[in-house]
Parts: sequence; C-alpha cells; structure tokens
Amino acid sequence: MDNQGDEPQFDELYRDLILDHYRSPRNRGVIAEPDVDLIQHNPVCGDEIRLTAKIVDGRVSSIEFTGQGCSISQASASMLTDMVTGRDIEGIAELADSFRNMLRGNEPNERLMEDLMALKGVSKYPVRVKCAVLAWDTLQKALEL
Amino acid sequence: MDSKSIRQDFPIMSRLIHNKPLTYLDSTATSQKPAIVIDTLADFYRTTNANVHRGIYTLSEESTYAYESSRAKVAKFIGSPSADQIIFTRNTTESLNLVAYTWGRQNVSEGDEILITIMEHHSNIIPWMMLCDEVGATLKYIPITDQGELDLSNIDSLITPRTKIVSLTQMSNVLGTINPVEKIISKAKEKGALTIIDGAQGAPHLPVNVEELDVDIYAFSAHKMLGPTGIGILYGKSDILNTINPFLGGGEMISEVYEDRFTWKESPWKFEAGTPNFADAIAFGAAIDYLTDIGMDEVRLHEIEITGYALEEIRKIDKGIKIFGPDDLSIRGGVISFYHDKVHPHDIAQVMDWEGVQIRAGHHCAQPLMRRLGVPATARASFYIYNTEEDVDRFVQALKKGGTLFG
Repeated sequence: MDNQGDEPQFDELYRDLILDHYRSPRNRGVIAEPDVDLIQHNPVCGDEIRLTAKIVDGRVSSIEFTGQGCSISQASASMLTDMVTGRDIEGIAELADSFRNMLRGNEPNERLMEDLMALKGVSKYPVRVKCAVLAWDTLQKALEL
Repeated sequence: MDSKSIRQDFPIMSRLIHNKPLTYLDSTATSQKPAIVIDTLADFYRTTNANVHRGIYTLSEESTYAYESSRAKVAKFIGSPSADQIIFTRNTTESLNLVAYTWGRQNVSEGDEILITIMEHHSNIIPWMMLCDEVGATLKYIPITDQGELDLSNIDSLITPRTKIVSLTQMSNVLGTINPVEKIISKAKEKGALTIIDGAQGAPHLPVNVEELDVDIYAFSAHKMLGPTGIGILYGKSDILNTINPFLGGGEMISEVYEDRFTWKESPWKFEAGTPNFADAIAFGAAIDYLTDIGMDEVRLHEIEITGYALEEIRKIDKGIKIFGPDDLSIRGGVISFYHDKVHPHDIAQVMDWEGVQIRAGHHCAQPLMRRLGVPATARASFYIYNTEEDVDRFVQALKKGGTLFG
C-alpha cells in the first residue's frame, strides 16, 4: 500500500454494517450449559472473544459471544454468530475457509459471504486481519475444525 | 529549545503520510534520527569500515578509535566514572538479561526474592521471572496508586534481607511516571540488594547521573534516543562488573585460550563476545553529541511544556477520555496513555494514521500494568525534542474526529 499518496476513506474499512454490529452486537451473552465454550486472545493487542454454543445433530443450534476489543474484532464476532446459527459443521468449515480466503485479498464468493462482505476492506490492513479472524479462530478451535 | 528548528534536522519529518504531514508521536517505542546520525553511519561505511581491535592497519585503528570514543561519550553522558564500565549490547532487554544470566545465576538462590514494580516493561519482568523459576526464588512487585505512582507505603516490608535484586524503571513507558529511584535504591542498599535501573525511557528524556543515583546497574537503548537500532548500553559499578562471569563466549572477550581452558579480558570487553556492532555504536556517538549540544535539562523542559499543553487540550475534548498517569508534570515524562470509552485504542490509532498521526495502541509490553489499570489496552502518544505544539493540535483534531466517527 502506498502510504504517501492514497487518502483512505473511513467507510472503506469501517463499513456501516461493521459499526452497526459494533454498536449493537447480536447474540451477546453466555449460553447456560453450552456444548462448546472457548476463550481466545489476540496476544498482540489483548483482544478477547469467548464463544458458547449448543450443538444439536451436528448443527450449531444457538451461539453467543462476549469479549472485548476493537470494532473489527467485536463486529466480526457478532456477524459470526448470525452467520453460523443453524449451519452444520461442514458448512461452517466452508464458510470459515472462504472468509479467510477473502481476508487474504482473494475474490470472495459473495453469495456465501453475505454480510461478511462488509469485512472485505480489512484485507488491505494486514495488522487488522488478526482482529477480524479472532472469532473464527475461536470457533474453529472450539469445534475442532 | 526550538523544536521547530530541531525538526528540520530530521529528514523523515518532511515525509507525508496519506498526504498529511507526519505527526510522529511514538518516540517511546523508538525515536526518529537526525541527519547527523544517519550521515555518521553512512560515512563510516563509506570511509572507515574495518573490524575493531587488534588490527595493525589504518582503517582498523580508526575504526577502533571511533568505537572506543563512542564508549567514552556514553560514559560521560550518564556520568559513569570510566568508559570501562560501559558495555555495548543490542538493547535494554539484552542488558537486563546479561545481568540476570550472570550476576543473577551466581547470586540468587532458592528462597531469595527479586523485587520489581507493577509498571515494568516485560523486558524488566521476564528475565527475573525466568531466573526465579530456575532457582526457586520469588518475584515480588511494588504496587502503584490510582494516580499511577509507585505506592511505597509498604516498601520496608517489601524489601527484606532475602531481597537479592531490586530492579525498576526510571520512567514508565505507559504512565510516563518518573519514579523516585534514589529513595528506592538507598532502601535496597540498606538490605544489601543489587540495584538496577531500567533507563530505556529515563536516559532519552531525563538528565541522568549514575554516580549520583548510586545505582549498581543502569540499562538503556540507543534507538530511543536518536541513535540507531541494535545498540544497547549496560553500565555497571566496577566492583559488580569485576565479579561477574562473562555472558557469551567467543572472540574478543578472551585473553588466552588453550585446548582445555581460557582466561578472559577485563570489563567491558569480557562482555562483548564476537564482532560488536561498532558501526551503530559509532553512530550512537553522534546522537549523544547532538543531545549534549541541546542539553538534557532543555530536553526535559520541552517535554514538560508539550506534555502540559497536550494534557490540557485532551481534557477539553471529552469526559469519556481517561488519561492514565500522574497529573503532576514534575514527575511525568512526555507519555500520554489514554482510554476512550467509545473508541477502542486500535480504532483510534487507525483513524489517526489516516490523519498522518502516528500513535501506538496496545498493551505496550506491560500486561501486568494493563490488568492493574483495568483496561485491555491503551492508546499512547509520546513526545520528543522534535514534537511541536502543531503536532499536539493535529493529534487533538484527529482524536476529536475519531470520537465523532465512532460516537
């Protein structure tokens, strides 16, 4: 990235949908008696995500998150909970791969990504990619994917 | 001190970041370099380069002379009685590790205690934690008050006859707090502990005299005080340096080598195994000259002024911005860590970058302190000789903008 010339626009990174999830997170909380429960940290910045979920017949029937961190990490976690609810484990693995692929700067599968497209701009900010994938790291580790 | 004209001496300051003037507010992490330091380094490689010591030819003699002259400059700068007490390392971290691995392993044993403070940088925590784990000693911490000053109310019970080492920072890289190190050094000496000052922030920003401090060990880094990366300093009292064994073994540090034994040189050379980083050490000499010309009292005065101005301006913005560290400028260096109740430190740093304002966000290598402050991370602006009130104004504008965008 040419830091001398370009003038980044706030909303290229901080899309409205990201700020909306950051200000009004979905599925924020802790599920009682969860089937999976995992906390992960980003050691670089101290961001933290905890995911609790119920798994029924190989599907995430409900999932909630708590944590602290920047708008990108928290919004990404909020979006994740929306996106994986009702999805089976294979579908989640596919979604996670596709999401990571997008953050590596590759063209995403828009139909699969849905709202996660809002995080596409993060791929231009290598330091922030870790923020965006923290929730996905947590989920994949929790589900042993 | 005229920071506007000083700024002209730093080539990087003419750079644009996202088409905005560079506002560099991360000197606590590393400082920028004046042209004289950059030129000294380049000129050395162009005209003088040869390995130091033992060379019986012009280039090596010149190189050795320049290297040892730098050592003498460093000694004078911090008030060391002799240049032989100045050891070149890679950085503050290596200087502290050198002491932990040598004096520490020779003198600390099971049941002993090492006392540090909760505001230490990881580089003044981990070497001692590793030592304690290895020998079965206990690591203890001096706490801080809510104002970010050391809480010395229990100092007499914290330093015990089992305390072998007391090591603390002269100035916090997060809070800016300038610690009453003389008082703690004298308490530690009463109990016979080795005293160590982490001068990574102290040496660049405060007038320092190690003899007046009466400290046993003083460690700091060149790159935070206008010098190049890759050079650290370890100062030690002669009687300490003479009793500790070498750290790394190899060329340069030996006196005689046989098939089954060796003898080593005196300090400082016994601690400088292998080809030293003489080019950067020589460039550091130019940085010391530059700072000496300005005068460290002037540096300190400038930082009091600019920090006072910045604190005043930040307080005007928003009640939701919490500033850490002491209000009293006489015990505060040019470091401002803050937490915005609406905007995460990373998001603040991101938005500020787009305005050309370079600040740091994170735990600043001080996770125990972050826990004590009750925050996962802070945003941090820090100042040096080249920062002007315009820098503060640009910072404040960017901070306001960030608050609006996320608010």
